[in-house]
Order: sequence, then structure tokens, then C-alpha cells
Amino acid sequence: MSAPGYATVETDVLVLGAGGAGLRAAIAAAEAGAKVLVVCKSLLGKAHTVMAEGGVAAAMHNVAYQDTWEVHFADTMKGGKLVNDWRMAELHAKESPERVLELERWGAVFDRTWQGRIHQRPFGAHTYPRLAHIGDRTGLELLRTLQDRAVHTPGVDVHMEVTVFKLLKAGDRVAGALAYRRADGSLILYRCAALVLATGGAGKMYRVTSNSWESTGDGTALAYEAGAQLRDMEMVQFHPTGMVWPAGVRGILVTEGVRGEGGVLRNREGERFMERYDHERMELSSRDIVARAINSEVSAGRGSPHGGVFLDITHRKPEYIKSKLPSMYEQFLKLAKVDITRQPMEVAPTIHYIMGGVRVDAESGASSLPGLFAAGEVAAGLHGANRLGGNSLSDLLVFGKRAGESAAEAARNAPSEAEPDEGDVEGAIAELMAPFDRPAGESPYKLQAEIQDVMSRRAPIIRDGDELAKGLEEIVELKARVASCGTGGTTSLAFNPGWHTAIDLRSMLVNAEALLRSGIERKESRGAHARSDFPKPDDALGEVNFIVEKTPAAMAVKPVKRPPMPTHLAEAVQHSYARYTPEERE
Amino acid sequence: MSTQISDLDLKIWRGDASGGGFVAYRVPVREGMVVLDVVLWVQANLASDLAVRWNCKAAKCGSCSAEIDGFPRLMCKTPIAEYGASLTVRPMKTFPVIKDLVTDVGWNYEVNKEIPPFTPSEGDLASSEPWRMQQKDVERSMEFRKCIECFLCQDVCHVLRNHDSKAAFYGPRFMIRIASLEMHPKDTVDRKPLLKGRAGVGYCNITKCCTEVCPEHIKITDNAIIPLKERMDDQYFDPLRALARMVRPDPRSS
Repeated sequence: MSAPGYATVETDVLVLGAGGAGLRAAIAAAEAGAKVLVVCKSLLGKAHTVMAEGGVAAAMHNVAYQDTWEVHFADTMKGGKLVNDWRMAELHAKESPERVLELERWGAVFDRTWQGRIHQRPFGAHTYPRLAHIGDRTGLELLRTLQDRAVHTPGVDVHMEVTVFKLLKAGDRVAGALAYRRADGSLILYRCAALVLATGGAGKMYRVTSNSWESTGDGTALAYEAGAQLRDMEMVQFHPTGMVWPAGVRGILVTEGVRGEGGVLRNREGERFMERYDHERMELSSRDIVARAINSEVSAGRGSPHGGVFLDITHRKPEYIKSKLPSMYEQFLKLAKVDITRQPMEVAPTIHYIMGGVRVDAESGASSLPGLFAAGEVAAGLHGANRLGGNSLSDLLVFGKRAGESAAEAARNAPSEAEPDEGDVEGAIAELMAPFDRPAGESPYKLQAEIQDVMSRRAPIIRDGDELAKGLEEIVELKARVASCGTGGTTSLAFNPGWHTAIDLRSMLVNAEALLRSGIERKESRGAHARSDFPKPDDALGEVNFIVEKTPAAMAVKPVKRPPMPTHLAEAVQHSYARYTPEERE
Repeated sequence: MSTQISDLDLKIWRGDASGGGFVAYRVPVREGMVVLDVVLWVQANLASDLAVRWNCKAAKCGSCSAEIDGFPRLMCKTPIAEYGASLTVRPMKTFPVIKDLVTDVGWNYEVNKEIPPFTPSEGDLASSEPWRMQQKDVERSMEFRKCIECFLCQDVCHVLRNHDSKAAFYGPRFMIRIASLEMHPKDTVDRKPLLKGRAGVGYCNITKCCTEVCPEHIKITDNAIIPLKERMDDQYFDPLRALARMVRPDPRSS
């Protein structure tokens, strides 16, 4: 195919992704005076944020008066097994209440306490009831509120169904991106003074995942290819409760809100097995622990008929379940013909979230590349080795705003003459169009299934050094095959998912390789990273994060020591907080 | 784990703005599969360029709207088991086709921009105290905020579908959008002039087709459109008010 032309679009701040982080960043950047363009792969309002169900974590102490930012900070750090960026965790705990209240002032409608305040529900590994929520559709409310705010904020424009293929630099500074419109395959060269990555996660590299087709780790891959550092890429969260049956719905999320509202986990013998794994917190233990407990029960032959365990909320009144968990009720009734007010659900772990991503500065969201920022799931640091439920919605509000403001400031100070190198643009276009020149190339769908198969087998919930190494070999081999794959046999530029998938595979491979290489290096078990050959945490490794970087030869991984936590934060983590006893009234 | 239970004769509309037609595919079906599963199976195995929108696969994002055996539904929420050995899938009729099952729904986003956003009072905005609202006061608005923007209601609305009156009527989706704002306890904007004018609430003649197709079971007609019509009627078509307006015109309706 001959090299097609492209349209050039200029903006101050380019935001990739229109989930919560991207929209919050766009609003912040526009309010700071920048001209902002949001580019997203899907339609506006469809981003993965809508899938967030349980709530947004913020120490507003509306239900438990004892809650403070220090307790939220301590919970986040302990949940992350202390490899978090402590400064991010501190900012997050301090600022999330303000960000939630701000959403309310933008029109979000949260569930209320009897006193008329925003209601907060208990969630795994949060000491106090902390999750502001709207039934079990908190993410939808949050996204819709931000969407409406963004489209009514002067200076914000949105390009829907556009995929960015490559970041472009002027010197060492990010100055634009090359993209294609999904509808007709036409090319766009975006020129910008600062760029915010808010592209979400990478769950699609696994077979059983709660993530959509979009979660192919584009932002991480774009940043890596442009030369930015990644961090904690071995840390991938299995959500303990995904649907297991019927096969077509395997992996779909079952909100932690079910356990927050009192749901209990049982094995096929009827035993409430969490007693043996975390006697204190039971079902509301952290996600890494609950997910491994379910995995152990199934492996030991105590699983449910379809290879999960039972999650039971039938002791609650049907009206209560339908009002607090309406979409779960509907989801099971419709898709599995299970009435959760009368029957237990069958659940098993599903890939849900990647704690790792672009290494960023806590205050500004700046990556290691000038002009490039990241916020939300694509950024790393806040969650360490394991994310607590509810902390991702607060993450994207707190750090979306910070990244947007910083990007606007960077755009103001950017050299105006910075233009992407013409040679880079031509090279990127040739790469992007190459699958069309290989009609006999392998099917991208088949290759995608193979990547998912490798990751599911070689980097499962319990890992092992040999398996990770084999996985790496297989992924390196798949890289060569993906580099020569076709579109699946057609040459049409118009909405051609075969071509789109061929392009997305490249991002998936960067994420997969970074995960495996970092996982091999972390010779210990910590949080989501559990290794059968190193079943215990190693204190020395607890002091470092693994940083991934592109070098001319190959992908490089190196350990980097974190600065020590200041005394007042260390004390907050060590402090023993009073347990919460619910009032009858609530 | 699940074994193949049958074959399905699946007909998918393929084409673009210039035309198209149904193409038949034979698809192996396993227990519990939904329509989106078989459509994606065709894409991965038989037609790599089959265009279809989907995201969450859990009826939460509203991307995979289509007409299944002629009825507007979410593909991810429609079990194959509800049908016999064959079914047809075609794109939503109300919106222009881009390709195959993908339609141009951009008009909806333009409409949304025209609706004045949530606007609290100056006093509420200036207050440093968190707002207090009771659950029963927010629940009315909450029902409408469940909307996942699948646009199935827009697809089935005969004002939009059969009469293509997009210039005259915003459609059910935006009636509930306006209702969610109008019934928000803290909102202060009066959208009745909009309802009477550009939004065209009068065009709805309450056939309730939109309510029937709503995957979120929002009572669009009963709980949103009828109350909005009543509000507008109170303002504009109440004979006593009309008389009063002759004496002193209402500045908001001019």
C-alpha cells in the first residue's frame, strides 16, 4: 500500500484516553487555560471506568468518625506491601475527599446516609467504611459526571474512535502523536506541547479478564517505545471474584461490594474458608490474599462445579440486595440464570488491574520524558504490589487533576518551535500500514489468543521462575510473528478490526514482556506477585522497585531503591487503629 | 469445559452507507453464549474485518446495541438460548451505517452538548460545607442516571426512526437526561423553554416503546417524559397562566 497522507491537528495538551483519569486531566488542563484535545479508542462514555462498581475510596468519615487520611494512607501502603510510592499514597489519601465532594458539585448523585451525607460502604482491607458509592454503578456515575463536565468546559474537544500508534518527539521532548481513525483508517498527526497518557490497563493480554478489548496496554507501550521508564510491571491484580459460568461470561467482574455488603465465600463443603487465610478480615481481606485463597481451594479440589467457589449473599433481604447491588442482581439473573437473592454465585479470580505502568513523579504525574505525563491505571506507584478496591477511582480523580494541571503548565513553558521529525512520521506511517502489505500474514486474532494463552499459563496467579522464563521465550518468539502478521486477509481501511487488532498486539507484547522480565527479577513473593520458588517476602527486595527501560539491545530491567519514608508517615503505617463496629442505625 | 451444543445459522448485515445485505454464517454454539460471543467468533474465524462495537461485555457500557431478529437489544446481554437455530443481527436503523453493525451515533453527542449542564445555586457552590441531601430526594434523579447510553431507546423511538425528526425531537435518551437534571435537588436551571422548543417533548405520543427496550429498566415514559410534559404544560398551556401572561409576560418564555 502506498504511503497515505495525514491531517495535522494542533493543540496545547493532548490527552490519550477518555476514562476518569483522561477526562479529569482534560478538565484540569482546560481550567488552567490550555487548549485540550482528548483522543479515545471508543465512543465517549464507554471507557473502562464504567466497569468500576463498588465505589470511590475517600476518608470523609461520614460513616466511621474515626477515619482520617492517615488511616487511608496506612491501608493503601499495607495493601501495597510497602513498595508503593509513599508520596503518591499520601497525596491520594489527603486529596481524595476533596475530589469526591467536587464531583458532587458537578452533579454526581451518591447514595446517602440517614443524615443526608454521602454514604460509605466497607471494602476489602479498608479499616473503615470508606467507599462513596451509587449502588454498584459508581464508575458509570463518575464517568458520566466527568464527561458532562468536560464537554461543557470551554477549551476541551474530543476525538472519538481514534487510536494512537506512536508518540513523536522533537529532540528529547514529546511533541505529538500519530493516530488513525477507526471508522475510515485515515491518519492524523497530532502536534502538542504536552501529552497526558490516560489509557488504562493491559488486562487483555490474559484470557480470563474483566477488561474489554481496549485494555491492551497502549499507554505503557507508547511511553516505553518513546523512551520513558516503566515501573512495577510484574504487579498485576487478579480480582478475587469474576464470573465462571457460563463459559461466555467467564471473567466478568463480580463487585467486591457483594462482600462489602456482607457476602460470604464458601467452598463445596460449605466451609467459610477465609477463616483459614485471614481470620481477622475474612472476606474483606486484601484482593491478593482472597484471590490466592480461592485459587488454593479450587486447586485442592474443594471448588464449585464450574471451577470456582461460592459467594453467598442470600442472608440479606431481597429488597436490600436489589437496592445495593442492582447490576449484580441483573447480571446473574440474565447471564447465568442465577437469582442472587436466593442462590449463591459461583466466582473465581479474574485479571482485573495492572499496578505497574509508567513511572511518574508523585506531584505532577510527569514521566521520565519531558512533555509526557501519565495518570490513572497507566501510571505506576500509588498501589505498589496490590491495589485496594475503591482506590482506583480516587486515584484517577486525584492524579488526573494533577497531571492535567502539570501538563497545562508544561505546555505554557514549552518551546513553540518544537516539531516532530518528518522522518519519524514517515517511518511510523510505514509501520502502521505494513499489515496491509502482508495478505498471507498470520491472523491477528489467532496471535492474540496465543499471547493470552502464554500469559495465562506462564504468569498465572502463582508464578514460578522457570515458567516465567519459558513465557519470556515464547513472547519473544511471538514478537517476531506479530511483526509479520497481516490484517486477517482484507485490505479495507474502513472500520477494519483485523487491522486494529494487528496494531494492538504490539502494545500487548511490550506489556507482556515487561511483566515477565520484571517478574523473573523479583525473586520473592509480595502482594500480587506470588512465586512458588520464592514463597516468602525478601526484605532487601522490599526496598526496591523494578524499572523497565528500552535500550538499543533489548528491554532492560533494573532495581531502583526507594527513598525512605519520612517518620510521620512511617508512624502512620505502624500505628494500630481501632476496629470499626457498625452502628445499628446504618 | 462447556461442550458445543449446537450449530447456529447466523445472518449478519454486512455493508456500508452505499448498501449491503445479510451474510450467512454457521457458528458453533456453547452453553451460555450470548449474541456478542457468536458475532466475535465470526470476526475471529470467518470475517476478520467484521465491524462491531463492544467494550465491557457486561451490559454496563452500552456499546453493542443492534437489532436482533428485528428487536433492539444489547448483544452482550442476549443469550442465544432465547432463539431457535437461527437469528439475524443488523445495525440500529435510526442512525446512519458506517460499516456492518457500526452506526454513526454522533448526533446524540451533539444533542447532549445543547442541554444546559447541572447548575447549583451560587450559595450552594460557595458553601464550604459538604451538601446534605436525603436518599429519597436523590432517588428520582438516580433512576435516570442509570442510563448507559446504548441509544436503543433512540433507535426504537418512531419519531426518530420512522419520521427521522431528529431536528424536532431530542429523543427518549435526552428526555431522561433533562429529567435527571430537572429532578436533581440542587439544580437551579429551568429547562422548560428547551423542552418546549429544541427538545420537542411534545412530539412524544407515549407509545412507551423506549421503556420496553431499555436494558436498565428505566421507566422512561412514565417517570421522565410524562412528568416533563406535565411541567411544560403547567407553564405554557395552563389557561389561567396564559391569561396571566397576557397581563405580565413571563421573561423566561420569551
